[in-house]
Amino acid sequence: MFGLDRKDASLLIVVAALTLLAPFILNPFPEGSSLAQFNAGYPDLMQRFVIFGIFAIGFNILFGLTGYLSFGHAAFLGVGSYSAVWMFKLLSMNVIPAIILAVIVSGLFAVVIGYVSLRRSGIYFSILTLAFAQMSFALAYSVLTPITNGETGLQITLNDPRILGVSQTAQGGIPVTNIFGLEMRSTYQLDVGPWLFQFNAGYYLCAAIMLVAFYVAIRIFRSPFGLTLRAVKSNQQRLNYTGMNAKPYTLAAFVISGMYAGLAGGLMASMDPLAGAERMQWTASGEVVLMTILGGAGTLIGPILGAGFIKYFENIFSKINDNVLHGWFSFLPDGLENFIVGILHPFIGKGWHLTLGILFMLVVIFLPGGLVEGGQRIARWMKRGKASKSSQNTNPAE
Amino acid sequence: MGILEVKGVNKRFGGLQALGDVNLSVAENTVHAIIGPNGAGKSTLLNCLVGKLIPDTGSVMFQGQSVLGRKPFEINQMGISRVFQTPEIFGDLSVLENVMIACFAKRDGAFKLRAFSEALRDKEVMERAEQMLSDVNMIDKRGMHAASMSRGDKRRLEMAMCLSQDPKLLLLDEPTAGMARADTNNTIDLLKEIKQKRDITMCIIEHDMHVVFSLADRITVLAQGTPLVEDLPENIKGNPKVREAYLGESAGH
Repeated sequence: MFGLDRKDASLLIVVAALTLLAPFILNPFPEGSSLAQFNAGYPDLMQRFVIFGIFAIGFNILFGLTGYLSFGHAAFLGVGSYSAVWMFKLLSMNVIPAIILAVIVSGLFAVVIGYVSLRRSGIYFSILTLAFAQMSFALAYSVLTPITNGETGLQITLNDPRILGVSQTAQGGIPVTNIFGLEMRSTYQLDVGPWLFQFNAGYYLCAAIMLVAFYVAIRIFRSPFGLTLRAVKSNQQRLNYTGMNAKPYTLAAFVISGMYAGLAGGLMASMDPLAGAERMQWTASGEVVLMTILGGAGTLIGPILGAGFIKYFENIFSKINDNVLHGWFSFLPDGLENFIVGILHPFIGKGWHLTLGILFMLVVIFLPGGLVEGGQRIARWMKRGKASKSSQNTNPAE
Repeated sequence: MGILEVKGVNKRFGGLQALGDVNLSVAENTVHAIIGPNGAGKSTLLNCLVGKLIPDTGSVMFQGQSVLGRKPFEINQMGISRVFQTPEIFGDLSVLENVMIACFAKRDGAFKLRAFSEALRDKEVMERAEQMLSDVNMIDKRGMHAASMSRGDKRRLEMAMCLSQDPKLLLLDEPTAGMARADTNNTIDLLKEIKQKRDITMCIIEHDMHVVFSLADRITVLAQGTPLVEDLPENIKGNPKVREAYLGESAGH
């Protein structure tokens, strides 16, 4: 299918099914139940899942295949967002031109940063990309205020000179982002008994784009280009003495992954037309590194899993507070209940970073291949248990 | 006129004269061995041929074209392949993929962005890579993780990668260093077989006299960065100057 072999095609179909059915899958608990806070099926969060999925898929093309660890990829995310918002301000509230411009501008940006940074490898490359990203952040935060609107962030206002479209709606409000008239925020709500499922136009646009991005990534992984990138990671000396010039290959990988990041940034701005400098900060660059490693660097599905995992933690785990814990442990005697809640307190709510850090350490130490390796081990263990040769192969990495 | 002509090459590292006025001519379709005691400058000379080092003075011509100032990948594209002292292969890739990379480099040149076609469906490259693996008796190991193989097999794979590119000149840097006797003999047989089957020129740097005298058509002896003698193998054996260089002055008299 689409020039993929059976294994890759089934992986793509599984991912497509999961993303299309996400509003159901992420909302397993009825409204009003005590577990409803673990529901992640609301538009804002689902959009973030797939947008950061795109970001991580692109990052993995560079880091997973070539081993070049960039600590500055958030710069492209930010550049993409700013480009998209400018497109909204100047041209039209349609998201398509905004996304296209975001990809192009971040690609050009990546050519410049990549050309300079790729003169070095290893830790020096990482430091160079980090330096570039922090310079971009500083530029956006203060120096380039006329373009980026400094610390306030770039926003849509009531008097933007929009060429195709109006500066204000008939009601005097700010127009909203749309795709040929379909508003990104429009959501269809489906009530099934106590359950509430939300189908959001913006989410489905992002999901469709993520599926395309994922498909392109699979093709790149299986191409001669992808093979060469893996050779760069494995033994650059051998590659040079085999007659291949590693530089343009790594630069191409860098630019492609920068364009993925720009695409993610453009989509972020399309969902919520706002771009701030903090999107370029090094913590944002570090986050995508965490996502990729947590999910499994160099694997196809890993970065998406990692992105989903971290965003779920950030948004859902952080909501658990002491009251919730008291509710859970109320069956215990009072003293014990308070004791357990006291112990767990630093790890929940605002302390979610602590839990994430511990999980990250456990994964890196015990599952160097990330969540994907965990899945493979479970699959192998179950296979051995069943000892049936017909069991399906769950080895998406290879 | 040989396929490789080295003229008046000098290379200094600080105060050390690593190579002093080296002249060397490698004739086409021969096996030319370069021997010499430790520190004689053998590896420095080889590095000057493949673009890793640039000589201070002198010229290195390959088929009438200068290789000086060219990058290793450019020199490879000219038709010079190199086998390393410790086998350099793509350890994270499968055996077949290792050879495929070499075939892609030969066919598509130093850079060609083919990001949307499937590598495994490239018939031309697949057939060539599999043929090459059959030639070196490794076809049954095609799916193996390259890093997990024995040293002898890694050497064999590295050789297969080089040969799949049909090089005009194959440079071998101590191909049997650190090998057991049996592996060494296997390597000698492999090289002999390659020589028989193809029009190829080989330049071998070697410590092991057994290897040198089994293979070489001509031998150059380097000592302290300068060629001492260049002659047929049978004449080298009895040459007093060579004995002196290897065993020290007293042994010569």
